[in-house]
Amino acid sequence: MGDILGLVLKRLGFGLITLLIISIIIFFMVELLPGDIAEAVLGQGATPENLAALREEMGLNKPAFVRYFEWLGGAVVGDFGNSVVSGERVSTLITERFINTLFLAAYAAVIAVPFAITLGVIVALLRNTLFDRVANVLTLTSISSPEFFLGYILILYLSVKTGMFPAISSLRADMSFADLLHRTFLPALTLVLVVTAHMMRMTRAAIINLLASPYIEMARLKGTPPWKVIVKHALPNAWAPIINVIALNLAYLITGVVLVEVVFVYPGIGQALVDAVSKRDFPIVQACCLIFAATFILLNLAADVGAILTNPRLRHPK
Amino acid sequence: MVHDKSVLLEIKDLRIEGYTGEVWVPIIKGVDLTLHRGEVMGLIGESGAGKSTIGAAAMGYARDGTRIVEGSKIEFDGMELTTATEGERRALRGSRIAYVAQSAAASFNPAHKIIDQHTEAPLHYRIQKRMEAQEDAMDLYERLRLPNPKEIGFRYPHQVSGGQLQRAMTAMAMSCRPDLIIFDEPTTALDVTTQIEVLAAIRDIVDQFNTAAIYITHDLAVVAQMADTIKVLLKGEEVEQQPTEEMLDNPQEDYTKSLWAVRSFERPQKSRPEGETPLISVQDVDASYTGGDKVLDGVSFDIHKGMTVAVVGESGSGKSTTARVITGLLPPSNGQVLFQGEPLPPRYQDRTKDQLRQAQMIYQMADTALNPKVRISEIIGRPAQFYSGLSGTELKHRVDELLDLIELDPSKFYNRYPPELSGGQKQRIGIARALAAEPSFIICDEVTSALDQLVAEGILKLLDRLQNELDLAYMFITHDLATVRSIADEVVVMQHGKVVEQGPKDKMFTPPHHPYTDLLLSSVPEMDPNWLTTLLEERGVDNVGEAADV
Amino acid sequence: MSVFVVLYFACLIIASCLAAFYEKRGPFILLFSLTLVSFILGIVGGTGALRFVAIAAAVLAFAAGVAFCFREFLVVLLPTKIGKELKTAPLTAAFGLFVIFTYAIAAIFAPWIAPYGESEVIASSFAPADENMLLGADQLGRDMFSRIIYGARNSVGLALAATIAAFFLGAAAGLLAATKGGWFDQFMGRFADVIMSIPSLIFALLMLSIFGPQVFVIIVAVAIIYAPRVFRLTRAVAGNVVVMDYIEAAKLRGEKDSYLIRREILPNSTAPLIAEFGLEFCFVFLLVAGLSFLGLGIQPPTADWGSMVRENATLISFGDITPLIPAAAIALLTVAVNFVVDWMLFRSSGLKE
Repeated sequence: MGDILGLVLKRLGFGLITLLIISIIIFFMVELLPGDIAEAVLGQGATPENLAALREEMGLNKPAFVRYFEWLGGAVVGDFGNSVVSGERVSTLITERFINTLFLAAYAAVIAVPFAITLGVIVALLRNTLFDRVANVLTLTSISSPEFFLGYILILYLSVKTGMFPAISSLRADMSFADLLHRTFLPALTLVLVVTAHMMRMTRAAIINLLASPYIEMARLKGTPPWKVIVKHALPNAWAPIINVIALNLAYLITGVVLVEVVFVYPGIGQALVDAVSKRDFPIVQACCLIFAATFILLNLAADVGAILTNPRLRHPK
Repeated sequence: MVHDKSVLLEIKDLRIEGYTGEVWVPIIKGVDLTLHRGEVMGLIGESGAGKSTIGAAAMGYARDGTRIVEGSKIEFDGMELTTATEGERRALRGSRIAYVAQSAAASFNPAHKIIDQHTEAPLHYRIQKRMEAQEDAMDLYERLRLPNPKEIGFRYPHQVSGGQLQRAMTAMAMSCRPDLIIFDEPTTALDVTTQIEVLAAIRDIVDQFNTAAIYITHDLAVVAQMADTIKVLLKGEEVEQQPTEEMLDNPQEDYTKSLWAVRSFERPQKSRPEGETPLISVQDVDASYTGGDKVLDGVSFDIHKGMTVAVVGESGSGKSTTARVITGLLPPSNGQVLFQGEPLPPRYQDRTKDQLRQAQMIYQMADTALNPKVRISEIIGRPAQFYSGLSGTELKHRVDELLDLIELDPSKFYNRYPPELSGGQKQRIGIARALAAEPSFIICDEVTSALDQLVAEGILKLLDRLQNELDLAYMFITHDLATVRSIADEVVVMQHGKVVEQGPKDKMFTPPHHPYTDLLLSSVPEMDPNWLTTLLEERGVDNVGEAADV
Repeated sequence: MSVFVVLYFACLIIASCLAAFYEKRGPFILLFSLTLVSFILGIVGGTGALRFVAIAAAVLAFAAGVAFCFREFLVVLLPTKIGKELKTAPLTAAFGLFVIFTYAIAAIFAPWIAPYGESEVIASSFAPADENMLLGADQLGRDMFSRIIYGARNSVGLALAATIAAFFLGAAAGLLAATKGGWFDQFMGRFADVIMSIPSLIFALLMLSIFGPQVFVIIVAVAIIYAPRVFRLTRAVAGNVVVMDYIEAAKLRGEKDSYLIRREILPNSTAPLIAEFGLEFCFVFLLVAGLSFLGLGIQPPTADWGSMVRENATLISFGDITPLIPAAAIALLTVAVNFVVDWMLFRSSGLKE
């Protein structure tokens, strides 16, 4: 077991280092601004006094690397400084929105993951049949459509024309859970459509790849029925690629969510990021980027660890 | 026990087609086969003969991309497989017809324990309860002389060595006591010393249970040990079939005779000139891949001008690594390589153009040794252009000359691409590329092991002719002692990264030997059908397994 | 029961019978199950649902017909060798080629095809379609159809430029890393890993927030974001080639890296690299469209499909499909490219088996 622990720790360490480098990129990229943050925020009409005051307030007179460590130290405990537009604390602005985003992503994932994997296995079983070809064309179409295209189609048919679901996902604190699910159904469905197609294709590819292995032929020549060949012989070896598929798509959900949130005016972190970008509210942009990157890295890390843990060669060393 | 000798399997006019992506082309062109209970039939032939396809067809199974043509008849114990439903055919597989694949390491599922894969069929067919099936598995493991029969099944495939896995797979095939087992090249991937124990185990178990078997192989000596009758195939058609003894003593068809004659080529041995500086001198070389253990440990030997030194050993003995050290791909951690008395820089990047030119290499897999997207003329022409600065008509002339030298018609081959060539032709192009540099020394890395025997012999003869004409020195890396016997002047035997014995060929092939050389020499199958029996008696049955597992 | 419904079912049943008669198993099952599903659909959704199915089928049949004709057209037009390859191409791929061809024509000849100027105001805002305006007017009263034609030039052109930049950067680094190996390879691999750990859209937003939404910035940002992906694939493809013995032979001959890449590695990597270019283009195109949709792409008044969706989005709540048209234009091109890539990937993998 020592091997596995070592490998996992190594991956973990590598993930941390990656995150650190990304934090450096995010922080110092803002430093590349022509002029500095204060100038960018106040615009061309700024007086030298105003600029000096803002610089003082934001601590811009200190050297960049000192500010980086202050920023990083704050970020570790959840303090990202204050918004330069409203002056509010970034953490208070973001926390609730981040939870909303996670809820939406989880909502989509809970539907999409089991659905996509099952369909992927079925399509792999029925490969090269008409059903497989139709599925291929449909999933390709779904992948190729921008999220906002799918989103607006859903709004048009499920909201405007039939009125089954609300087009705008305004959330209130006192909503019941069922109400919440109903209100956020369309954005979740949009995400499901995109992610399912991706996952199905990747699951299919992973399984078909395995079906060419000699041990699958051996299982067939032992008289094992086709479903058992898939379930007992292919699937246990397909976990690593499938976990990878899931993680990749969850990570994709995190980015896809930005566009979907804008389409459905969903109060999530993606909206906040887009708003902050257009208002050039850098502390919020930095915070959002760091959070997205961290989630992304965490998911990839989980996939790697999952792949390590399900590998029989590593689980049962010589 | 009275053995029932009735007909078990009857194949009539078997035709199988394969899909090329555009059209269906015939692979098997009307083969008949009759197998009685308890009979072992050897199917032999070169690659592309269709032996493996026939083996699968005997189970009513057509691999992906192939189909059995209507009108073929495969009757197993009174049941017609071609018209049976898929369910009926499946019910035979594993229970009454079993299969042993070439690579046990790839054919065991890495996710399950060996014994769970073993008991899958008996449990599926409800022949035994789990406990019974496991007991039976252990019993079979013991009969097949696997070490720790009670415990070995509870390991995962990657925790067990290749030879043991192959025996475990034979045990698995036996799990439902089938009437027929298809052995598809079961020892081809194994080293000679490991091959012996697997052959012995397979023969014993087939005898004990009076199981009929189809034994597919390309190795005549192996099939001679195993089969009662031999059927020779060529390009999807039967050449002839006879009982083993007859087939060996008195083959009827020309093709069979040519196969039998292959092993007769042997050129006269040259001896070392006195007092001459060796062309290549490997001196006390240690080497290891980054961070790993030593793969070479104090390797020393000399190669003289115009002579052939065969470096022999099993997989993992370090023979290919030695070649990498000589070419400069792997700098040694200790020791050096001299060329005509001058030390060569350890890294190829530091060597001069002339030093690089002097030592050329021919590879085992001609497929990966030639760039598939480059014309033959450029493959051969590039070294001549690169080293000698030839161009235009001079270059074309030189390429034609080289093609003539390797006995290929320049007008036909000049503008072709490697994928359009056969295996033997590709290997010849590989040789021509080496010659184009006008070297004094060529490393031949298992150059014949991927080729059919007849083709391989042609290559050996060509190499011999070229050596005489151009005064080349060869370092011949091989695991095949027959090749050594036919072409070597001197032999270096390697094991676990060390040279265990070296000397002139005649001395090496006459006793007394180093114990490992002895094991290696005695493990090479011979055409005599009683060879295995005699050998096992000599060695004593019990230590067969241990000898190879060290 | 309307004439339409009677005709609808009559067609389906006759087609099923024909399929059954000619023993075409797949089409028969498809047609007959469609018949059965239609019964239920007709009861639940009424004539409208059936009409929708009929229209969808007609569109599909039309697309298949166009694809078939276009394929035959190409087979006749192109040299025999390529023509023979094309003959085996599935209809989806032919359809993809047709769409790409159409877009290219639209982009190149935009000023001649479009009836009005790119930012020419000709009507009141959101004016409905009439004989002058095929698709009506947008929020400022500009001709929607003309803007879509110009959009082909701007949106596709930008995505293409960005993809080419990313591709050259990534492919060059990948080939070099595979050939050189050692610390350079290690470093580039790690570097690509780090860049790829930042979600692409987020990274693009970060860069655009700092440098502002200009075309040049978008191209550079996309190149930085996608180059590591291209690098990884090129490295993997070239990595498979580099282990071949013919590369070793060339190295031992003393050949330089440039020769190795040009003559030995590149000719054996082109097929997967071309397919990858198509895939990357799809990703880039969707990313750029997403940025435009967020208002951070090509700035008005230049016509751009992503921003056209955003500008006209309010129409959706009135049940008007106008904003969906530029979105559909994006989807159609991506689908088309994906169809072609899918075929190419299938071909290169099919040859191996």
